[in-house]
Amino acid sequence: MDYFIELFFVGLTRGSIYALIALGYTMVYGIIGLINFAHGEIYMIGAFTSFIVATVLSIYGFPLLAIVIVAGLAAAVWSSAYGYTIEKLAYRPLRKAPRLAPLISAIGMSIFLQNYVLLAQTSDFLPFPELIPEFDFMEPVAHIVGSSDLVILIVTTLVMLGLTFLIKFTKIGKAMRATAQDKTMAVLVGINVDRVISATFVIGSALAAIGGLLIASHVGQINFYIGFIAGIKAFTAAVLGGIGSIPGAVLGSLVLGLTESFATGYISSDYEDVFAFSLLVLILIFKPSGLLGKAETQKV
Amino acid sequence: MFPVKELKRSFLISIWFSFLTFPIMVIKVDAIERVVSWRWENMFFIAFGSFFISILTKVYFLRKERRTGRKKVNRELTEAFMQRILREPRFLYPLSLAVLLFALLFPALFSTYQTNIMTTALMYVVLGLGLNVVVGVAGLLDLGYVAFYAVGAYSYALLNLYFDMGFWAVLPLGGLFAAFLGIMLGFPVLRLRGDYLAIVTLGFGEIIRLVLENWSAFSQGPSGIANIPRPGFFGMEMSFDSGIVYIYYIVVALVVFTIFVVNRLQDSRLGRAWLALREDEIACQAMGIDKTRTKLIAFSLGAFWAGLVGVIFAAKTTFVNPASFTFLESAIILSIVVLGGMGSIVGVIFGALILILMPEYLRALSEYRMLAFGGILVVMMVFKPDGIISNVRRSYRFKKQPAKDVIE
Amino acid sequence: MTKTILNVTGLTKNFGGIKAIDNVDLDIKPGEIVALIGPNGAGKTTFFNCLTGIYTPSSGDIVLCHPNSEKEIRLNGMKPNKITEQGMARTFQNIRLFPTMSVLENVMIGRHCRTHSLILGAIFRGSATRREEREIVDMSYEILIKVGLQKEVNEEARNLSYGAQRRLEIARALATEPFLLLLDEPAAGMNPNETEDLVGLIKTICGEGQSILLIEHDMKLVMSLSDRIFVMDYGKKIAQGTPEEVRANPAVIKAYLGEDVDA
Repeated sequence: MDYFIELFFVGLTRGSIYALIALGYTMVYGIIGLINFAHGEIYMIGAFTSFIVATVLSIYGFPLLAIVIVAGLAAAVWSSAYGYTIEKLAYRPLRKAPRLAPLISAIGMSIFLQNYVLLAQTSDFLPFPELIPEFDFMEPVAHIVGSSDLVILIVTTLVMLGLTFLIKFTKIGKAMRATAQDKTMAVLVGINVDRVISATFVIGSALAAIGGLLIASHVGQINFYIGFIAGIKAFTAAVLGGIGSIPGAVLGSLVLGLTESFATGYISSDYEDVFAFSLLVLILIFKPSGLLGKAETQKV
Repeated sequence: MFPVKELKRSFLISIWFSFLTFPIMVIKVDAIERVVSWRWENMFFIAFGSFFISILTKVYFLRKERRTGRKKVNRELTEAFMQRILREPRFLYPLSLAVLLFALLFPALFSTYQTNIMTTALMYVVLGLGLNVVVGVAGLLDLGYVAFYAVGAYSYALLNLYFDMGFWAVLPLGGLFAAFLGIMLGFPVLRLRGDYLAIVTLGFGEIIRLVLENWSAFSQGPSGIANIPRPGFFGMEMSFDSGIVYIYYIVVALVVFTIFVVNRLQDSRLGRAWLALREDEIACQAMGIDKTRTKLIAFSLGAFWAGLVGVIFAAKTTFVNPASFTFLESAIILSIVVLGGMGSIVGVIFGALILILMPEYLRALSEYRMLAFGGILVVMMVFKPDGIISNVRRSYRFKKQPAKDVIE
Repeated sequence: MTKTILNVTGLTKNFGGIKAIDNVDLDIKPGEIVALIGPNGAGKTTFFNCLTGIYTPSSGDIVLCHPNSEKEIRLNGMKPNKITEQGMARTFQNIRLFPTMSVLENVMIGRHCRTHSLILGAIFRGSATRREEREIVDMSYEILIKVGLQKEVNEEARNLSYGAQRRLEIARALATEPFLLLLDEPAAGMNPNETEDLVGLIKTICGEGQSILLIEHDMKLVMSLSDRIFVMDYGKKIAQGTPEEVRANPAVIKAYLGEDVDA
């Protein structure tokens, strides 16, 4: 039973990290209908930025709490800056182009960013500093749930609540929902659609950066390639939940995290990634609208 | 002549990029030795680089704007000139003949080393032409093309390992296996919308690679299969060098065969249907075109060529392992098609030669290879989505004047 | 003459909770021109989409019968391309040509479902394939003469005027050799001269034995052309009959004047 609970929490942790990345995919898709292939790379850059900042600060002897806060902020700021820049350079000029053009551009951007980090930094795995200490009060259950699992769950929950608030009640949130429903109408009622799209990229990137920081400190190592697999999995989660739907992305991520955890725990860990990819292929074939998404009717 | 406002704008852009790239480009930490190196020179490069690139793009757009008015005619003339060379038989035939002659004499003129590199480049020409049928002509974005390439390579490696089958027996089989797999995969997924199709094929490509990596009993896992024999020539033993030249000629023959077939396909009832399907699926269906079937044919034809080249790849390197078939390989082939110009045969040939030969000869640049591939995809989409040579499809021109028309 | 070539009974289409089409009956006899009219949003185009297989109807029956045969074919759930093969072709309200293909090629696409050559034919280009290609070109050209587009034969479709694009859509549909042609607002956006030409064209097509079902807002055109008219409003059929009967029908007057004064 302990093993089951342990796997459950592993899955939950994994799922919440996927959720942080999947939200970026689903928000961007909801607004401009683009699979932002470079989103996984944003997450990777977030992890790298937090790694670099945290290591520099720890070398200069800053206290742990300061390191965590500054590294987290730096990751969010720089990832957002990358997200914003990518949208302006690679997607905005293609807004009226045929559907495949921005997708190819996104794939190019993803490859470019991977190799940019590879060349500017290294291809080796880097040891990520432990930012989350082992809490004393977690001692009795530590063999099942680690402290970092707890922190990840708490942070993710807070972030989700914040995002829900942002989208439901703020002005920019309303503008985002309006733009997602009908871009032309949104322009007509005076919404600056370009700004809304930029904001979506910034928010999505910041979420991915937080995910990057959390998972890097959880796993303990990073390299330039982590964005690709994580990106595909988060995308799988977004599709599973119904792409374009924000609660769907969270639900899909948790389902995917748990599935992976139980499948690797009870079946075989060799095929960990195969499970995710197979799940992706199967959903897209049998239920492309996902768990909570709406089926699209094509207008003729 | 160049407005000051634009200089200021470029200056701001360069500051933005200096900020953007600061943590990744400037700081480098060694977490074990606990040293930080500050590489300020990189920031300098980025600042100047982005400043000049931003000015250049601005100049490009300004000139383009101006050109739309008066110089448009001029530009159309140069384009028409290219198209005429490519379309008119009296230019095209001697030109192709010269190219073919050069290709045939290549091993005699250059070293074995060069021949070997050229073989690789020509293999990518075939892969590019195959993917071109799928992406460029039929408009289906296939990101898992490498899976079919892997199927071809492993067909030869495994059939040779277990059943001792020879190259020539496996060559068509490898193509057919890949085409069959294309049909099996295509049948359920070709109903999907374009971008979903791209992701499913990507996932499928990764599944194939992961299975090859993990199913050791079948595929010998990550260590791969070695000692695959080179192609035989009526049972003759060949030296290493002549083996390379032999494979070169096999690939040249395959290139010629592929160009011939792809050209004929584009210029047929099927080719028209592919083009129409790329432009408007619903209208196509309303005109009686079977969407799934037509797409399936394109998809499996593309897979067939990937399979053929896969067999040759295994025979050429005498070794296959899953690491040769990553997503990046698919991305390279896609870059070839996109750079060359989607749908254009000549463009794809140029694209493959540029992208594969350039890093081979400019060794210093070879580590920037993948960076450049990524950049090319973005830049081509933004500035010239048609590719370097836009498609010079022969459109059907109606020449003869029927009697009825004259009477009117 | 009681034979019907198209018989629609109880056709219903739901989108979520909304009934876009609610229990509509319609029938067409050989050689007839039938009009389907109604205010905007009445469900006319949805009705076309159900007939041509782009939407699957929620319930009801669509039965097609070739004028020279007794076999009745039920179209529900059939793919659009199969339906076109049975002999019913359509045009689109918001023009859906293949914009970068030439005018001739657009019509040649219409020949696709009546021709056969495939991969091997394309590669070897044998005498049968070459003959087939020649027939496709010749026949397409003849159809272009019929709709008056022979001068634009080598133009790209997107460069045509609006009226010419509408005629090209008709030509493309004719190339599939339909016995029943569905026209979705063929006169929309045309000037009076073009509309006049269109009326002539529709009469010619009809004179050759093909039946026509058209959606149209131009009442003058509808009243002068149609043998019978069906009127829809809010997804329901509210009236049917000859132009005179429909013109006098109080329900029709209410639907048009009560809700939509412009019409």
